Amino acid sequence: MTATLPDLIPDTELTLPPQAERKLPNGLTVIAIRRAAVPLVEVRLRIPFGRAPLAPATLLSQALFTGTGSMTMLDIAAELQAVGGGLAAGLDPDRLQISGNALAAGLGRTLEILAGVLTGAAYPGEEVATERERLVDNIQVALSQPAHLARVALLRRMFADHPYAVQTPSPEQVRAVEPEALRELHAERVRPDGSILVLVGDIDPEQAIDVAEKMLGGWSGTARDGEIPPAPALRPGPLLLVDRPGSVQSSLRIALPALPRTDPGYAALTLANLVFGGYFSSRWVENIREDKGYTYGSHSVVEHFVAGSSLLAAADVATEVTGPSLLETTYELGRIASLPPGEEELEQARRYALGTLRLGMSTQSGLAGLATVYAGFGLRLGHLRDHSAALASATREQVAAVAATHLAPSRAVTVVLGDAEKIEAQLAALTVVERSEQ
Amino acid sequence: MASRIQIPATKYPVERFTLANGLRVVLSPDRSAPVVGVSVVYDVGIRSEPEGRTGFAHLFEHLMFQGSANLEKLAHFRHVQGAGGSFNGSTHLDYTDYFEALPSGALERALFLEADRMCGPRLTEENLRNQVDVVKEEIRVNVLNRPYGGFPWLKLPPVMFETFPNAHDGYGSFADLESATVADAQGFFDKYYACGNAVLSVAGDFDVAQATAMIERHFGDVPARPAPVLPAFDEPDLDGERRESYTDRIAPLPAVAAGYRVPDPIAAFDAYLPFSVLAEVLTDGDASRLVERLVQRDRTVTNVGGYLGFMGDEYQVRNPTALLLQAHMPPGGDATKVLRTVDEELDRLAADGLRPGELERTQARMAARLLQGTDEVLGRALPMAVLELQRGRPELLNDLPRLISEVTAEQIVTAAATLRPERRAAVEVLPGAGA
Repeated sequence: MTATLPDLIPDTELTLPPQAERKLPNGLTVIAIRRAAVPLVEVRLRIPFGRAPLAPATLLSQALFTGTGSMTMLDIAAELQAVGGGLAAGLDPDRLQISGNALAAGLGRTLEILAGVLTGAAYPGEEVATERERLVDNIQVALSQPAHLARVALLRRMFADHPYAVQTPSPEQVRAVEPEALRELHAERVRPDGSILVLVGDIDPEQAIDVAEKMLGGWSGTARDGEIPPAPALRPGPLLLVDRPGSVQSSLRIALPALPRTDPGYAALTLANLVFGGYFSSRWVENIREDKGYTYGSHSVVEHFVAGSSLLAAADVATEVTGPSLLETTYELGRIASLPPGEEELEQARRYALGTLRLGMSTQSGLAGLATVYAGFGLRLGHLRDHSAALASATREQVAAVAATHLAPSRAVTVVLGDAEKIEAQLAALTVVERSEQ
Repeated sequence: MASRIQIPATKYPVERFTLANGLRVVLSPDRSAPVVGVSVVYDVGIRSEPEGRTGFAHLFEHLMFQGSANLEKLAHFRHVQGAGGSFNGSTHLDYTDYFEALPSGALERALFLEADRMCGPRLTEENLRNQVDVVKEEIRVNVLNRPYGGFPWLKLPPVMFETFPNAHDGYGSFADLESATVADAQGFFDKYYACGNAVLSVAGDFDVAQATAMIERHFGDVPARPAPVLPAFDEPDLDGERRESYTDRIAPLPAVAAGYRVPDPIAAFDAYLPFSVLAEVLTDGDASRLVERLVQRDRTVTNVGGYLGFMGDEYQVRNPTALLLQAHMPPGGDATKVLRTVDEELDRLAADGLRPGELERTQARMAARLLQGTDEVLGRALPMAVLELQRGRPELLNDLPRLISEVTAEQIVTAAATLRPERRAAVEVLPGAGA
């Protein structure tokens, strides 16, 4: 059998799918993209929701489809299903997003039902009470999950009193929300002006926008301003230790400064992050998993919110090697911040970044996700070309420079959730440790 | 209700052939995006691991990434990702898969990598010990350190089944994992990882003639080894209801799961398919029977789900398998009451049949889900490989939306009538953490 690794055939030029865009008279921007491989259409509606009161906004996202003046919750679900459709809403600190899909022939009906919800969501008392209790139960479960608890502690440490600091309401806050508060919040914020509808699938883009205009043209109004102040710079300090007695692993979470997508240094930061910990063939994974067996997986990623970007690194490690895991992590951060990456490892990361971008564009749902996320930052799919070009041309020096300022361990905000009795001494041998109050 | 929407179908082409060494190949070209999916599936899974070696099929899957004849440790990962691709593998009850999604110019590289490890992984003591540690962390992160870990896929089989292959913990005990040896691994490879026991599939942007030549070039020399005899894992149905419970020290709220045996997914496919639709009639969305009753009306559960196969792999599992229902409950929730209500709803369905439009809308949504799954290259390569492996019928992927749309209300009613409490195995999670 052949022993030589076959060469790669170079990628063809990036081609963007056919698309159209129109801003409707009511202020809603509609972007329609054609990918006809399967007879479906993906639907995303992004509604700015910055600074919305957390508990009501979270419950609103759960109760949005519980009924209108003319349809019950069951009607809405059944009528969507009849065209192969389904819609659900989700919330983050920047936006309320409705996501779903349907058979392509059901686009009109899906948008008609969506319009009914946007203009006439009634938040009936019984249904809201049910959703409220379900939300409380789900939050209780989240509070037993180490990944959630570690994120809660990290966000608080990163953002202090900024609106991003708390992203999940407490059960008590949720219990206090009445249906009337949802109706008021809906009237105030669920508005077309500034919202973006993305449709991707087996559609003619212009015709799909016509359908959207016909169905959603009656949705009207301007939302109250929800602009979020810029996120504060990270303030490095002692490692925050959150006690979780009996935990058989420690959840290590690190936040580092990052750049927004449009920054000239962003492509270099993307590559630096990959070399450090952003994919399987990174130094961090090869070290603490494939060499030492401390973890099933570690991963770092740049997370973008409208008012600021951060680099987040996460690993769940065996309790008895919590200290050694922090040691290796600090070493790998220090190494990428102090020494330029090797030529071959940079090329490998570059090809990964460019290739996975194509994989992300190869499905309707991938395109819908990309187009929606980009649109939320004022960008369009065409930005993929610029970003690809920047990834292709970023130099070793640029990657080293951005790593020196963004991946330096001295810039890190670190949280560890685990069995404090077993891990505090391990961690205190390496850095200053502060116990969390909770 | 408006007239029924037409259920569309995909027409992905399917080419099948077998190499001289017995390796079966499925090709499904589609040039709508410049990417390819490659998968190799082996006809061995959790049910085939020996007693005293629980978790071994999965541990062995890890070892297949640790190097092979022409590849050092770490090389596989670097070559796939350095080609712009992603990779993974997964261990199921009846098969183990290995797969890559890549830009189309990397197809030959992926074929080379899969062929190299099909000839034999580098099984060393050092790599084995390293991956035992990694797998233990995997079990901690997915089972031991989180609420509802392994519920219900690891917790229900021992209640439902008697024999080791069907009942044991597929993630494995730490003691069994730690006592695994390189010789065990070599024996497992020799027995099960024969090219006659595997299927290679490629889906996406490629030319069939060129891909065929590449496959001949890289896999043609893999030594011919026949497939082992496939054991029958069947066991008798339950002769009375079984109920067990366990305390999850991390879980704040109670939960319950129930399973009912269903017809042989392969030998009795026509009888099996209605159960797939039934599971959705019961649990898909706010207009489904059990969501409407248990979540909305009674408020006895927070959420409820229903599906076929312990790992949710309804068309990629062999007999015996089950229809599963699982529900999380609010504080103080009563599993007995929930199960009794399920019985009531099943009785109602069996006695009164479906409501107007109920079947059609469920089928339309199922079709949309299936179609969405096939938009990804691996959403074609992987199921086609398993459908070839288990049924010799990869084109079934194209036919499923239509076959589902042809299931009748009468078949659903007949299926529902078989889900009797005396044929049920149930497991209850008792919350060990105060909410």
